[in-house]
Amino acid sequence: MSTTPRPIDSDAATLAVDAAFVIERLRGFIADGVRKVGFDRVIVGLSGGVDSSLVTALAVSSLGAENVVAVFMPYRSSDPQSQIDALAVCDSLGISAKVIDITPQVDAYFDGFPDADRTRRGNKMARERMSILYDHSMAERALVLGTSNKTELLLGYGTLFGDMASALNPIGDLYKTQVYALARALELPHSVLTKPPSADLWVGQSDEDELGMRYAVVDHVLHLLVDERRSRAEVIALGFDVGDVDSVVARVRGSQYKRRPPVIAKLSNRTIDREFRYPRDWGR
Amino acid sequence: MVLERSRTGVIPTQESMPDATAAGPSPEPAPDPSGSVSVALAQFYPRLGDVAANIAAHLTVIATAAASGAGLVVFPELSLTGYFLKDQVPEVALRIDAPEIHALQDASRDGDIDIVAGLILESDAHRFYNASLYISGGEVVHVHRKVYLPTYGLFDEQRYLAAGDRFRAFDAPLGNRTEHRWRAGILICEDLWHPTSAGLLARQGVDLIICPSASPGRGLLQGDAVGTASSYDVMTRTYAQLFTTYVLYCNRSGFEDGVGFWGGSRVVDPAGIVVAEVRGAQESVLFHSLERSAIRRARVAYPLLRDERNDVNDAETDRLRRRYTRG
Repeated sequence: MSTTPRPIDSDAATLAVDAAFVIERLRGFIADGVRKVGFDRVIVGLSGGVDSSLVTALAVSSLGAENVVAVFMPYRSSDPQSQIDALAVCDSLGISAKVIDITPQVDAYFDGFPDADRTRRGNKMARERMSILYDHSMAERALVLGTSNKTELLLGYGTLFGDMASALNPIGDLYKTQVYALARALELPHSVLTKPPSADLWVGQSDEDELGMRYAVVDHVLHLLVDERRSRAEVIALGFDVGDVDSVVARVRGSQYKRRPPVIAKLSNRTIDREFRYPRDWGR
Repeated sequence: MVLERSRTGVIPTQESMPDATAAGPSPEPAPDPSGSVSVALAQFYPRLGDVAANIAAHLTVIATAAASGAGLVVFPELSLTGYFLKDQVPEVALRIDAPEIHALQDASRDGDIDIVAGLILESDAHRFYNASLYISGGEVVHVHRKVYLPTYGLFDEQRYLAAGDRFRAFDAPLGNRTEHRWRAGILICEDLWHPTSAGLLARQGVDLIICPSASPGRGLLQGDAVGTASSYDVMTRTYAQLFTTYVLYCNRSGFEDGVGFWGGSRVVDPAGIVVAEVRGAQESVLFHSLERSAIRRARVAYPLLRDERNDVNDAETDRLRRRYTRG
């Protein structure tokens, strides 16, 4: 049976969220997750992008400005606009950002590996930043909040043990378009809401160029495949491009390893996470 | 409002909190000839896997409810243990003669208040049940073992638990606040998703269905509440109206491993009207007065139970059973 393709961009209803309700929920999630492990404070790597800006705003809303540490960690090639936006976010939330330039250590490292390509360099920067966050987590007695959204996590569009690391992730079950909806509701600075999404790991990097698709399409396809458990054929029948759908399917499958803990060779009768199953909130 | 993790600070909801100074603690309340009895639903946040801490918090809530004159206080599913226990199930399980249960029995006698509390109950054969106890006057007067153990989506109960095999009504003294005989039945969370459960209790003449629950909120794409909340809204109102019975739905509060429980505990009257409700997931105790007259009014207006054709139901069930037995 043939199905008339529908106008994809205008059909945003399936990704609609009640922003006020979700924000309330996430404020509760953050406060509970932080306090039940004996912390009062959180630390966020703030890039000036919409994801980390939203997480910072949620954290301030949940715990109060005095309990949120924002760290901006530029590299020498970072877009100057990123710092302007990050500081604007901090201003609007009444917090100050620590600025830690990662250029010296990243350049010192790659002096030994001058042929490293930009992907290696970008991954190193992401891991350098997370290493700094965990160091300051200890120094500040502040839990690291994650800033990876559901779209990135499902596509594997992130650096393992870099930006994908965290103790608590408030936005990991929200697609990018839903992140924007919440960011608009919290009235984040205009530039954060309107600039093209970018990991800003090299000059001119753009999420949508790298993915070869717009988030509006990716999120819709992911929602159909993952949340509604539609088949590849059903999604294509709804009017999505075959190449786009196959690309999404391949990325989700290919990045499964990034969403799982390391594989443990099974030897005993009670292997961690296989038969030894306890909640993370064990006794909390 | 931030969800505060308050272990003992239980906040009575404004609209339904009785005037504590007027009611006062009453060690031996006189039976109410009008047939009304106050019940308390404790939307409680248990500490996962810490039975000792949860018992202590239960005793605090029980004392609060008793001081407010309630004849019954209901706690959510697995209120003594928390929900996503996984391998902790055998470690937190209690036998029916456990000192922790004795502590609740003592509290019911001392406070002159009935208690419904949830736990992992271990049998003599070392099977582990998701159970709720009805405790009154120092005795466990009824045990319900959850029949329907959800094992799909985020649920994994059949991996860890044994299933109950009966839905039985029982006489609920409700702290002996009224001279009427109240019949009650307990359905734990997923039991409610199978309408035959409520139907079997109705056939045994229940006046109230007590539903302790640990329902995780999920489904954010359906308006200003979690999708699960709208499902329970439909079920609780439907059963109350069709079986002309009170439904006491007591859900829990808090988070476990990032999963938030959505609260929304409520009392639905025998006409299917939500007469008291906690709006939100915060820890709180909801008070409401059950009225015999409301049951009578509903059954006069809708004599559905009188007209129920159990003979037709039995005959058709027999026919289907024979057909399936023959294969």
